[in-house]
Amino acid sequence: MLTSDEVKQDFPIFESLGDGYAYLDNAATTHKPRSVLEAINDFYSNQNSNVYRGIYRLSEDATDSYYRARRNISDFIGSRNPDTLIFTRNATESLNLVASSLGRGLKAGDEVLISIMEHHSNIVPWQLWLPEGVKLRYVDIDSDGYLDMESFQDNLNGRTKIVSLVHESNLLGTINDARELSRIAHDNGSIFILDGAQSVPHMPVDVERIGCDFLAFSGHKMLGPMGIGCLYGRMELLEGMPPFLGGGEMIREVYRDRSVWNDVPQKFEAGTPNVAGAIGLSAAVNYLRSYGMENVRAHEKNLIRKTLKMEEESKINELVSYGPRNPDNRGGIFSFNIGKISPIDLESEMLEQSSMKIGSAVHPHDVASSLDRERIAVRSGHHCAMPLTHRLGVVATSRASYYIYNSESDVENLFQAIENVAVKYHE
Amino acid sequence: MSDEEINMEILLDHYRSPRNYGKIDNPSVQLVEYNPVCGDAVQFSLKIDNGILTDVKFIGRGCSVSQGAASILTEKVKGKSTEEVMNIGAEEILKNIGLNLGPSREKCALLSLNALQKSVKKYRDGKNE
Repeated sequence: MLTSDEVKQDFPIFESLGDGYAYLDNAATTHKPRSVLEAINDFYSNQNSNVYRGIYRLSEDATDSYYRARRNISDFIGSRNPDTLIFTRNATESLNLVASSLGRGLKAGDEVLISIMEHHSNIVPWQLWLPEGVKLRYVDIDSDGYLDMESFQDNLNGRTKIVSLVHESNLLGTINDARELSRIAHDNGSIFILDGAQSVPHMPVDVERIGCDFLAFSGHKMLGPMGIGCLYGRMELLEGMPPFLGGGEMIREVYRDRSVWNDVPQKFEAGTPNVAGAIGLSAAVNYLRSYGMENVRAHEKNLIRKTLKMEEESKINELVSYGPRNPDNRGGIFSFNIGKISPIDLESEMLEQSSMKIGSAVHPHDVASSLDRERIAVRSGHHCAMPLTHRLGVVATSRASYYIYNSESDVENLFQAIENVAVKYHE
Repeated sequence: MSDEEINMEILLDHYRSPRNYGKIDNPSVQLVEYNPVCGDAVQFSLKIDNGILTDVKFIGRGCSVSQGAASILTEKVKGKSTEEVMNIGAEEILKNIGLNLGPSREKCALLSLNALQKSVKKYRDGKNE
């Protein structure tokens, strides 16, 4: 089992932040345990050199450490072949890589199916193909915040070449049934891509069990350093795909008018890679493994269960939240509002209207600023999911997101602080 | 009450009952500005006669800082010349609000100044001044 107070002691930042600081913005980025910081420091102190090319011991050691990081992380997500794991900067770059490379095989009239609960990083890379005549379709959500399976089936057809969906919504916390979505996509003959930015850090994720063709995730959201991310891909697909970026490492031979690509994964890793980042992420994986991903998930499920219970029992005026009520299908993400502020519609905003007509609603930015004064860090805004925010009919939300170092008392402090804001603005 | 608390009350008052909220019929210029980070929006409509802002109205949606600051700004600039409006600096606005906002909320506070100055520029460009 996992005791958050003990976990906290492994994270130097909590010493600087002091007791009682509630960091609840883990869906944005997470803190780093000492073992990750030490692994990075150790690489730069003892092994620093460029990988692959050096015919000397130091470079060979660095290359070996880089490969061992790849093997360790690939093993963590259930891939049997380390070469199926490509290092990128983050999940955004992973999704751009796959969208850019697969996109070149799309023709006018081909369709890509995503959902309304996607992060911008699984929307915009596909929009870049719209000028080529590629069509982008969206699976809708139902009123409980789940993917609408009827809408999924309705939007699938013979032209759907790619289905790219989020595993866990960074706004609703909805955990989608990736295995079932993958099955349906494959039955339709589509490639299935999974955005695991919010799932890989928080629950067991196994690419073989899910059956996805690609999985994207970020290191910094799972206790690793910023600037390292991963793309898992099925080897048969990766081998047939054109490269993403061109340059060193990704080629075998270069002539004046052409080049011969290197093997996967180097084909997709142009330039000097983030070796220290990969090693740091590998250390983060080891740290998470020491607790077990089942236990990480159980801890957060407990926190979201407590959150939903406190919400139901609270008397905070106009408190509303979004996403599934069943903790079994819900990650540790709680997006909420005090009252509802609709997005502005300049056309319909009436001439005679003399006020913003927001009633007693409190804007999420004001919520976050007030919570900050009580030493609680939450995010406010559209959380890089503007289409979803607008689908919910609001201008923004405030969001608390948990990780292994958060405790039930963080949840209690959060509700006390929300109540304080509501009272202050309703005076 | 501290100065900070008083200034907060003033801002919240503007937020709850914004001054000059609405649109001007047949404005000299109208322009909408968004804060891409948070989606806050303000739309300014101006009436300009002989280089003087004879009327200013705004509509918007956003936090207390962005909307309260917009309301305060409309009061400040009505009757001023376009030249005077273009010379208003960020520091002046922040000092006027008088809150310790921090860098991310300062952007909220400055959204309306940005929108207003862009409106004036758009008006001038249109007139080829």
